[in-house]
Amino acid sequence: MSKKILSGPYIMWMIGFILIPLALIVYYGLTDRSGAFTLANVLSVTSPEHAKALWLSLGLSFISTVLCLILAYPLAMVLRSRGMGQGSFIVFIFILPMWMNFLLRTLAWQTLLEKNGVINGILTALHLPNQNLINTSGAIILGMVYNFLPFMVLPIYNVLMKIDDNVISAARDLGANSVQVLFRILFPLSIPGIVSGITMVFVPALTTFVISNLLGGSKILLIGNVIEQEFTKGSNWNLGSGLSLVLMIFILISMALIAKYDKNGEGTAF
Amino acid sequence: MGQPLIDLRNITKSFDGTMVLDDLNLSVKENAFVTLLGPSGCGKTTTLRIIGGFESPDKGQVIFDGQDITSLPPNKRQLNTVFQKYALFNHMSISENIAFGLKIKNKPKAYIKDKIKYALRLVNLDGFENRTVSSLSGGQQQRIAIARAIVNEPRVLLLDEPLGALDLKLRQDMQYELIRLKNELGITFIYVTHDQEEALTMSDTIVVMNQGYIQQMGSPENIYNEPENAFVADFIGESNIVPGIMVRDELVEIFHAKFVCVDKGFGIHKPVDVVIRPEDIDLVAPEEGTLTGIVTHLIFKGVHYEMEVTTPDGFEWLVHSTDMFPVGQEVGIHVNPFDIQIMNKPASEDEEAVGINE
Repeated sequence: MSKKILSGPYIMWMIGFILIPLALIVYYGLTDRSGAFTLANVLSVTSPEHAKALWLSLGLSFISTVLCLILAYPLAMVLRSRGMGQGSFIVFIFILPMWMNFLLRTLAWQTLLEKNGVINGILTALHLPNQNLINTSGAIILGMVYNFLPFMVLPIYNVLMKIDDNVISAARDLGANSVQVLFRILFPLSIPGIVSGITMVFVPALTTFVISNLLGGSKILLIGNVIEQEFTKGSNWNLGSGLSLVLMIFILISMALIAKYDKNGEGTAF
Repeated sequence: MGQPLIDLRNITKSFDGTMVLDDLNLSVKENAFVTLLGPSGCGKTTTLRIIGGFESPDKGQVIFDGQDITSLPPNKRQLNTVFQKYALFNHMSISENIAFGLKIKNKPKAYIKDKIKYALRLVNLDGFENRTVSSLSGGQQQRIAIARAIVNEPRVLLLDEPLGALDLKLRQDMQYELIRLKNELGITFIYVTHDQEEALTMSDTIVVMNQGYIQQMGSPENIYNEPENAFVADFIGESNIVPGIMVRDELVEIFHAKFVCVDKGFGIHKPVDVVIRPEDIDLVAPEEGTLTGIVTHLIFKGVHYEMEVTTPDGFEWLVHSTDMFPVGQEVGIHVNPFDIQIMNKPASEDEEAVGINE
């Protein structure tokens, strides 16, 4: 009984700041301004403007996730092959930028990519033509990959570190060459980490509005920006909530994937 | 038949400047059951890993069936390994685990299926094809690891402390299983363990190792009954190692008492080490013993009593006997001549350190 009391503060917190807001979003999402039930807010995702933003978000998040995976897996492999001490030092270096404010890091990219920014400054100094870098899809993908890469590296590194060296030795012993060891042993055994990493990159990338605001300008609208604008500028909370519910469906699908492939929580990042 | 199947020549290996193996030479005959026995850190596992191809020696050659395979990677060698913690592939079913090596070699499906069935029957796990690794007990996992290795028809099976993680009863059962398997397969086994009883039970040749050197190599009886130095005597079973002086052939003086023995050729008035196994000491009436002492310690061990008998010079003799003598009683110590094993004293302090300080 006394132990249940100890969980009281957390339960209060959860009800006040998680459950009630969530219920409010569901309420707003499924009603119109007068408070009558409607599916219009949710279904408005099919309007050309919103659908375009959603598809663009899905597309850019997908590309960023794939790029993160391509960059992270070999890196995690290298880290694994290092000794324990050396490996964790490199991981530490890797996490270091995460200690800096997320907004600040993205602003730094803005300064680098701007029309009169650092990169174009260098190009001018070298008498090369200036490039249109900022406010492109590429800039947003760069921002996403830069910010979310550690979330891909860590879970993969964690599962790879847990694979017993003898398992790899056994595969070698049974005749497998390095490529066969990679595809038949290491890759299948690291799927929990890969799925975990994919979710941890894909979900925040899908919902971000900060990266697209700072690096995409007003030209490129992601679904996150649309929702943000409905709440801040459009003052249409019902529409914003309705679109949030649609996004939540995609997030729930990702969570279900994690639950399916990562039963033991092996790929948990931290 | 005279040519050895595996021949290690002058193998030297060090890790981070620490010498693990120093100029090791070892020959293994076809169809032998050789056990590398020693305390942890003696280099036995490193020796096995060098044979398996997982480590390469700094110096020396590994000869397999007359060919130098020193630089051949493990996947090109005609031998398979059973690892200490099984190292099964958790993401595969039991039959996929066993089939792994055969699939890599692109064997036909029907052949693989037959082989899986044969191997499972051999390790007494019929019908386990579709089980998952995690549903098996430790002993069953070890059998699968063995099955996975032997389907590849290796000429040599390397076993790295395969029973180390099992409990005592299961370990004893598996020892007999391994002997049976070895006889049915008719291949060479090289076995690594730190358990002297396991080594004595299973092997036909024991190689006792310590600190990167081979201390003694021979049959179990030979190693147990005639240890060549104090380390081997101490490591293989319990023993009383006492300083003595060889008065002449077949007579040794221990603590001023003269014992008749069967050893010759040590010289006259030469200091030696004498090994007497606790079960070889007969406790008799004080007047009948060569030495007398007082029982200072008594423990009932089940099969026998373990006693400590302290002689006037202060040495505590370890005695195993089915007869019980209470603490405080004066007893005589008698040893049959052929139960006394004489060893040369270590030539230098260095060698002595190698011997006993483990």
